[in-house]
Amino acid sequence: MSHRAASSESMTREDVTFGKLVQLAMSREETTSGARVNLARRHLVERAAFGLLWLSGIVAVAVLLAVVGYVVVQGAKVLNWEFLTTPPAGGLATSDVGGMSTTIISTVYLVFWTIVVAGPLGVLAAIYLVEYAEEMEGGTGLIPALVSVVRFAVEILAGVPSIIFGLFGYAVFVSAVSLGWSFSLRSAAVTGACLVLPVIIRASEEAIRAVPRSYREASLALGATKWQTAWKVVLPAAAPGIITGIVLSVGRVVSETAVFFVTFGGTVRAPDSVLDLTSPGRSMALHVYYLAMETRAFDKAMGTGAVLILTIIVINLVINVISRRLTAKLKGR
Amino acid sequence: MRFGDVKLETKSYSMYYGDFQALRDVDIQIPRNAITAIIGPSGCGKSTFLRTFNRMNDLISGTSVEGEVTIDDHNVFEMDPVELRFCVGMVFQRPNPFPKSIFDNVAYGPRAHGVRDRAQLAEIVERSLRGAVLWDEVKDDLNKSGLALSGGQQQRLCIARALAVEPDVILMDEPASALDPVATLKIEELIQQLKVDYTIIIVTHNMQQAARASDYTAFFMMDEDRAGYLVEYGPTNRIFTNPQQETTERYITGRFG
Repeated sequence: MSHRAASSESMTREDVTFGKLVQLAMSREETTSGARVNLARRHLVERAAFGLLWLSGIVAVAVLLAVVGYVVVQGAKVLNWEFLTTPPAGGLATSDVGGMSTTIISTVYLVFWTIVVAGPLGVLAAIYLVEYAEEMEGGTGLIPALVSVVRFAVEILAGVPSIIFGLFGYAVFVSAVSLGWSFSLRSAAVTGACLVLPVIIRASEEAIRAVPRSYREASLALGATKWQTAWKVVLPAAAPGIITGIVLSVGRVVSETAVFFVTFGGTVRAPDSVLDLTSPGRSMALHVYYLAMETRAFDKAMGTGAVLILTIIVINLVINVISRRLTAKLKGR
Repeated sequence: MRFGDVKLETKSYSMYYGDFQALRDVDIQIPRNAITAIIGPSGCGKSTFLRTFNRMNDLISGTSVEGEVTIDDHNVFEMDPVELRFCVGMVFQRPNPFPKSIFDNVAYGPRAHGVRDRAQLAEIVERSLRGAVLWDEVKDDLNKSGLALSGGQQQRLCIARALAVEPDVILMDEPASALDPVATLKIEELIQQLKVDYTIIIVTHNMQQAARASDYTAFFMMDEDRAGYLVEYGPTNRIFTNPQQETTERYITGRFG
């Protein structure tokens, strides 16, 4: 049925082409002048299209620059060394005093633990999915079924709104009826890890899958086991892509608010140290939210926002440098 | 047919990719410390046959085998593939050094098998690189990436890497097909030197190469159902000067394939 439809379609297409040929042959004398008219019109369309593309590009960049520029310019008014090194005072009444120091510290601790939890877990899961599970896919039985479920779950998780992760974290880690970790660095870090896990898994999966098959064959042919092959050959070769995924997750944690709003608390005090897992805190992004919604210190919100943007820019630069260096090193340059 | 001391042997060996039969009833005895060339038209199962001996076909899902394949009278299908590959090394069609230093490339195999001692590794690396006639060219930059070498050097690095685990057998899957004529000649010379210590099987598309560089030649062909089978096997000299089968004669005189 479908075969027939396809063949009849191709017949029509052939007819059209044939028809055009006939037309062309019949109008050969007009062709030269016709083409010239046509050419002028095509140039006109070309110029119009180019102008439109150019305009769209300019508008898009302008909007971006406006957002970033506005925040940075506004923020620059309060940005100074003191702002970076003084803790915020918190509260509505004292909104004109204090800086953002503790929120920087809290953000660093939060990023550290999130990546410590999600990084290894995500990379190992990706190795499993690509190196071990892939050959079972399409088979029947419990493990192949589980593998498809995991793959599906990772895809879905990557698209789930972050507040859903927040709700989950609140219910499972924060709330007294379950683990009862209350608002704390550990609740926030573990929930944050759930949030970035799909990001790390997908980036690592892609990087691992891009490693040439010939490397694996060479390693196995030398009598290395599958695990040795994955660990010593595939993983180093996939490192640039994996690191890119991890640094992207750092950016995600730094800029996330919804998840940490319901898991990290919001106190202006930072945890005492990176090991002070049970204390609550306030990340930079959360600080922007609190300043904007609960105080009159709009300028300080802008200042914190500017620091946040600069952090993201630095993170992206770091991604570029690291992956370029590693790639060059792997290629032997 | 029996030539000298048998290292590898197949008895009515058949191999399948799913339902497709790739090899049919191959009986062959590969002699120790000799170079056996496998020739035949594209798609006749040469590479598949070669990959039987280190069970690289296992990596493809849905393959199955019939018959017997032995190394020193041990059935390879009953051996642990990791252990088997320790005795049967392989060099691939395209040079495939790891994106690691020259030293780490060669040391990879021994390290995988548990050699940790730095001095011992250094000695293995030097011996293997000398064995592959690459030492003089790279001894001063062992820390350079293996990928920075030329194609011919990369292939000799891959041979050194295979030698480092001290196998008995080296399988070569068209090892010179991606190289220029000068590099090809170097590899062929190297193979001649290696046969003193190793049993070598080399798959090649190039009949001059088989004629020049091998002691025995096996000619494979495909059946009407595209399954590969062994047409003729014997001393290279005889196969090329006095083939017993008409198919062999037509193939080596270039009338098809």
